[in-house]
Parts: sequence; structure tokens; C-alpha cells
Amino acid sequence: MGRYVVRRLLQMVPVFIGATLLIFLMVNVMGDPVAGLCGDRQCDAATAAQLRKEFGLDQPVWQQYLTYMGNVFTGDFGTAFNGQEVTELMSTAFPVTFRLTVVAILFEIVIGITLGVLTGLRRGHPVDTGVLLLTLVVISVPTFVTGLLLQLLLGVEWGWIRPSVSPAAPFGELLLPGLVLASVSLAYVTRLTRTSIAENRRADYVRTAIAKGLPRHRVVTRHLLRNSLIPVVTFIGADIGFLMGGAIVTERIFNIHGVGYQLYQGILRQNTQTVVGFVTVLVLVFLLCNLVVDLLYAVLDPRIRYA
Amino acid sequence: MRGATHAGRAACAVAVALAATACGGGGDGGEGSGDVGAVLSSSWTDPQNPLEPANTNEVQGGKVLSMIFRGLKQYNPKTGAAEDMLAEKIETSDSRNYTITVKDGWTFSNGEKVTAQSFVDAWNYGASLKNNQKNAYFFSYIEGYDKVHPEKGGQSADTMSGLKVVDERTFTVRLSQKFSSFPDTLGYNAFVPLPRAFYDDHAGWLAKPVGNGPYAVESYTKGSEMRLTKWDTYPGPDAARNGGVTLKVYTDNNTAYTDLMAGNLDLVDDVPAQQLKNVRSDLGDRYLNTPAGIIQTLAFPHYDKEWNTAGAVKVRKGLSRAIDREQITATIFHKTRTPATDWTSPVLGKDGGYKAGLCGEWCRYDAAAAKKLVKEGGGLPGGQVKITYNADTGSHKLWVDAVCNSINNALGNDRACVGNPIGTFADFRSKSTTQKLSGPFRAGWQMDYPLTQNFLQPLYYTNASSNDGKWSSEEFDRLVDEANAETDPAKAVEMFQKAEEVVRDNMAAIPLWYQNGSAGWSPRLSNVSLNPFSVPVYNEIKVG
Repeated sequence: MGRYVVRRLLQMVPVFIGATLLIFLMVNVMGDPVAGLCGDRQCDAATAAQLRKEFGLDQPVWQQYLTYMGNVFTGDFGTAFNGQEVTELMSTAFPVTFRLTVVAILFEIVIGITLGVLTGLRRGHPVDTGVLLLTLVVISVPTFVTGLLLQLLLGVEWGWIRPSVSPAAPFGELLLPGLVLASVSLAYVTRLTRTSIAENRRADYVRTAIAKGLPRHRVVTRHLLRNSLIPVVTFIGADIGFLMGGAIVTERIFNIHGVGYQLYQGILRQNTQTVVGFVTVLVLVFLLCNLVVDLLYAVLDPRIRYA
Repeated sequence: MRGATHAGRAACAVAVALAATACGGGGDGGEGSGDVGAVLSSSWTDPQNPLEPANTNEVQGGKVLSMIFRGLKQYNPKTGAAEDMLAEKIETSDSRNYTITVKDGWTFSNGEKVTAQSFVDAWNYGASLKNNQKNAYFFSYIEGYDKVHPEKGGQSADTMSGLKVVDERTFTVRLSQKFSSFPDTLGYNAFVPLPRAFYDDHAGWLAKPVGNGPYAVESYTKGSEMRLTKWDTYPGPDAARNGGVTLKVYTDNNTAYTDLMAGNLDLVDDVPAQQLKNVRSDLGDRYLNTPAGIIQTLAFPHYDKEWNTAGAVKVRKGLSRAIDREQITATIFHKTRTPATDWTSPVLGKDGGYKAGLCGEWCRYDAAAAKKLVKEGGGLPGGQVKITYNADTGSHKLWVDAVCNSINNALGNDRACVGNPIGTFADFRSKSTTQKLSGPFRAGWQMDYPLTQNFLQPLYYTNASSNDGKWSSEEFDRLVDEANAETDPAKAVEMFQKAEEVVRDNMAAIPLWYQNGSAGWSPRLSNVSLNPFSVPVYNEIKVG
């Protein structure tokens, strides 16, 4: 197990370097960011040159990348165009998005798995058909429609919540955005759990457990669910990274100043430092989530062993 | 200044009337006198650059500066005229040497006195190349600018030789050329005075700017909000009529609008384009759409051989006549933009240099004339025009497609005009400023100060800072030089209009439409108005 973890961690190095290099090149291809800094008036040549020098944009791309990576390993992610350290931006953005992700994942786990188990055990019942239809609707409606609609109904029409999240973004205010963010994944989790449960319901070990006279809830939670969760855990694990990076739409709708907002601004203003910095951290999050998922397999199903 | 990239600002004729009633009255002892201690909240966007006066070139940062700073001059929020604020007098006999006297009794909100030195130091800081100030060119008229901000290489001086402090309240400015409207430019944010704290603890100042305006910064959380409170001992005549303003950063102006509807926000100064249809029924009288100093044009690559032929003038005029401005502003912008008939803006007023109809027939839609002109001019270069625009902000795609449709219909050729989107504003700018575009491109101009000069010189003077199409005309340059040297404002305006006629006769750029500023507010507020820069006049707003 220990060796497996080390090996996995080592594998992350090339993935990490490759991913950051790709992002770095992609942002660079977009052109000269200094041109956009002065608005519709051209920066005077001297100031533009000075700015390029300050941001290291006057050097060849490979050199910029090396300098950048060198700095990253010392914890220096550079400076955004508005003069703020990227690490400072991260320290405000990541906690907010992290909280949002936690809310979303909790919704996925609690509602998604519960609904999945309920429908999986009652295949063909009206409950099952109802939930299936509902998830189909949720999957087919884009997030921004759900988000804007709920915001309008709950925030403006009925006045139950504030339509926008305050800068502090406490958990309470993130419930609705979290639900919106989770909605599509939640539907998938439900469907995935349902199928998995329905399949395993007729498995030998379930029959044995029932034959042994175990109480129903024990059969379901300890035997049936535990074995059925592997695909679900894989999905949720991958979803964490996806939610953190892909919250752009939800964060925009609810005015949450998180990772999505910073990335969006970074891309719009062609701020290489911000974009690459945030993506670097996201890549790390993604890789770690995958590792944790893989390790969880062994916990869920002891038959899966790592050399 | 940042060009007008927002789509949502626009206007109707009715709104002008509304504006008049909304800001009329003046307020002293009028209907509800308001709660002087109450704070209002307003939508905001994170400034793109560090918040320094000479480094702020877009509306959102400028908004804050106009709340916490007062300069020598202040532009009248209604007429746009430059009026003395900190300046007791600005004297000149030759339009080149100016003696400026600063009023007594002004201080910064930290108690420091505003002196002649406060101005001279701030201007030298702004001009100095090593400080990377994006508005440094504002000081380029001052003698010695080329030493502190050379076009190449390092600077050979730290201060401009044209600036001299005479005594505590007096300083002199010597310009490198005659510039009669120089005093009128001094209302721009780049020219405000700065306190010692700005230089002594720069990082601390940026975290919590200190100025000399009606408001003082109470707290600033970058990227989220800025709380400004009324500065109680503000010595100026335009003290705040409310307790303060909280600027909240919104990632999307739709969310700000939703928050306004839900009662969580008091003021939005950019009504999103999607809401223009229902804004009347949503807000009624609490919606304002007034002209701002913004004009949209189509610029041409005059550096390109194909556009620099003898016949190209006729082609450009033909294209101008092929654009149905009335219809496009009505359908795309819900009549919230006004078809342009000159190259300036209505906010200048007749005396300030705006001349409605200066463009004449060349800005009137006439399909037959358009077709004829293009034909006479030798046809479209390459058989097709590609209009380049940035697709990331504003609804540029919408109107570019509409303009192309109009051109295609007029010329009876489905392939005469197509849009050519570029992904980001930065990329668009880097291509247009380095002359890499081969066809017409969108150009927006937001004035820095309400002067005709500002609408013409930076855009059409040979090698001027925003003359991206590299248009050049000796006659135009000569007329502008003469206008700048003219001491009689009325004559100067006349001269600028002659220069503008040169732009027209060559159709250096096609004027499209004037853009407006918009605002919507909650029932708590009254006396809301927008200044010619489309920024709310915060200090006039009454709460409750």
C-alpha cells in the first residue's frame, strides 16, 4: 500500500508539469496582455515595454515558464495586473470555492445516494419512475437556467434568500448555490447508485446476508451499499476537481468571489499569472482527489489490493 | 480612458427628460431632505489596475477617484464645463506659461495640507517612467516630459523642468507647445494632488487610499467591496448629502440588477442589455439613461495599401451610407443609443464643439448612393470587408452582424461584409495597436475630459496615441495645432470643427452612434444623476 501511494505520487509529477506547461502555452498564445491594459488607448511604448519587463513578458516563452515554475516551488505565484499577489487572491478565493464544493458534494452524497438507494430497491415503482424523470429534467436543463430561475423565485419573488452571496460567503448563504452547482452531478449520482444497487441486489452475497437473517437495514447499508458505491465514489472523486474549477457559471450568477470568478477575470484580462496559478492548484486538487478515490477502493472492497 | 466596452449603456430621448426631473430641484429644503447619515450601496467592478490617480484608465477605478479626490478643476456634473475647485486662479498670457494658485484651507482627509507641492509631486510621480503609470501621457504637454518619460531607454531626470513651485500655494507650469485648453484638462483624475503618505507608505496607501474629496475610504477589501464614508470636515462646496457609499463588486451586472430588484442594493450604474426590455416596468421613474461622452466608430487600416488608394475615400463613404444607423439602434439597442451625426458627443453641447449633422449626407442611409459610391471607388478592397471586434465583452457581435447585414443589403451582395471576432479584448487591442488588422475594426472612444480636442486629437492626429488606423492628414494636423494655440475658446471650437470636416471629407473613420450611461436605483434614493462620464454623482444622492 505504501509503495503504491509513493508510486502514484511520483506519477503526479509529469502530469503536473505537462498540465501547467499546456496551460502556460495556451494563455500565451492568446497574445500580448499589456495591449489590453490601457483600454482603447494605446499604452505609450515606453510604459508598455516597462510593464512587459516587470511581468517578464519580454523573455522567450520557455524561459518565462522555467522562471515561473522555479518561483512556484518557492511559493511565489507572481503578481496579478491589479498589483495583488496571486497567492493573496488564492487565499481569498479557494476557501470560498472550497466551502461551495463541500456543500455541493454533501448534497450529492446525502440526496443523491439516498434517492439512488430508494429507487434502486424499488425498481419499476412509481417512486422510481418519478425520480428517473426528475433526474432527466435536471440533467437536461443547463445550470444557468436552474440557477437564474431559483435566484429569481427564492431571491426576488418570495424573498426567502439574498440573491447574491456576501463577500464572506458563510455556509448558510451557500446552500442554494451549492444545490444549483450540485444539481447535474446529483442526478448522475442518483442514477449511478440506482443502477449499481439494482444490479447487486440479486448478487450471491446479498442473498446470503438475507438468508443469515440479518436485519434489512444492515443488509442494505453494510453489504449492498458498500459494494455498490465503487462507481459512485469514482464519480464523486472526479467531480470534486470538476466542481472546484467548473463553478464559473454558478459563481457568476450568485456573485461568489471564488476560483471561478478569479479564473474568469484572469482569462478576460489575459492575466497569465492568475490563470496558470489557479489552474496549477486545481490540477493538484484533481490529482489528489483521484489518489484518494483509488485508495478508497481498497477500503470499500477488500478484494482490491495494491501491490 | 477605457473605451466603451459595455453594451448595456444606452439611451432614449424620454430618458433625458426623466433625467431632468430626477436631478432637478437642487434639493436644499425641497421634498424629502433625506437622511444625511444613511449609507447607500452601489454596484462596482474590480478595477483593472492598482488604484492610483495616474494609473487608472477605466470607469470603475475612476469612479472611486472622483469620490475621494478633488483636483484644480471639477467638471460640472450637468454641463460638463470645467469649473475651479482647488484652483483659485490659473493665469496665462501666452497659452504656454501658466501660473496656478491653489485655494487656501484645503486638506487631505488625514489632515495634511494641500499645497502647490502636493500637485507638483503628484504630477512628477505620474509622469515618471519608472512608476509605470498608464496615464503618464496626460503630462506629455509639460516641458521636460521627454526627460522623465523618454520613448526609449531610461529616464534622465526625475522631475519635469516645466513644473516649479513658487510658494506654498503657487506653482508654474511651462508647456512644450501652446495649448489653450490646458486648464480645462485639469479636472481629469490624473491631475489630482497626492498626500505624502502616498510616497512614504505606498503599499499602505494602496490598501486604503487617502484623498481630499467628499468621501474617505473606511475599508477596502480588494475584489469584494469598498466602504466609503462621508468626510465630515470636507472643506469643499460639494459635500456629500449622504452618510457614505458602499461599493460592492459584482461579477455580473445581471446579478447586481437582481439584487436591486430584491432590495439588497440601492444603485446600479450599468443596466444589463438583457434587462432593457423590462427596465421601464421594473423601475419606472427610478431608471435613467443620459448621454455620456462615448462614441462608437468603425476605424480603418489606413496603413494598408488597399485602403490607402485614391478611391478608398469613396468606398469608405459608401460603406458609411450603407449602414442603417436608425434601424440598428432601434432594434439592437432598443433605442438606447443615438445615431451619430458627427465625430464628437452631444455631452459637449453646442458651445463645447458638438455639431449635430456635421457628417451630413454621408451618415444618412441610402442604399443606392452607397452602391454607387463603392463602385466609383473601385469596389471593396479584396471584394469583401471584414469588421474585426472582440467577442468577450459587450454585445459587439450583435451590432457588427447587424452592420454587415445592412451593408450586404445595401450593396446587394451577400458576401460584401462579414464579422471577424477576436477572442479577448487584449488580443484585439494588441492586433489593432500593432497594425495587424486588414479591414475595418470597431473603435470606441470614451472622453477623458469634455473637450472637442479630446475627441479628435488622440484619434486622428498623425501618430497620435489612439490613431490605430494610422490615418494622417497635414491639413488636419495644422488645424488642430492652430486650434490648440487659439486663446479664444469659441474660435478654438470653430477651428476644431474645421479639422473635423477634414476627417469627414476623408471619412477617416465611420461614426456609428453615441452611447449613453444608465442607472437604476431603489425607492430609498432620490436626486440620482449621471455626470457626462456616465458615473453617478454620488455626493448629490439623498437616502431615505
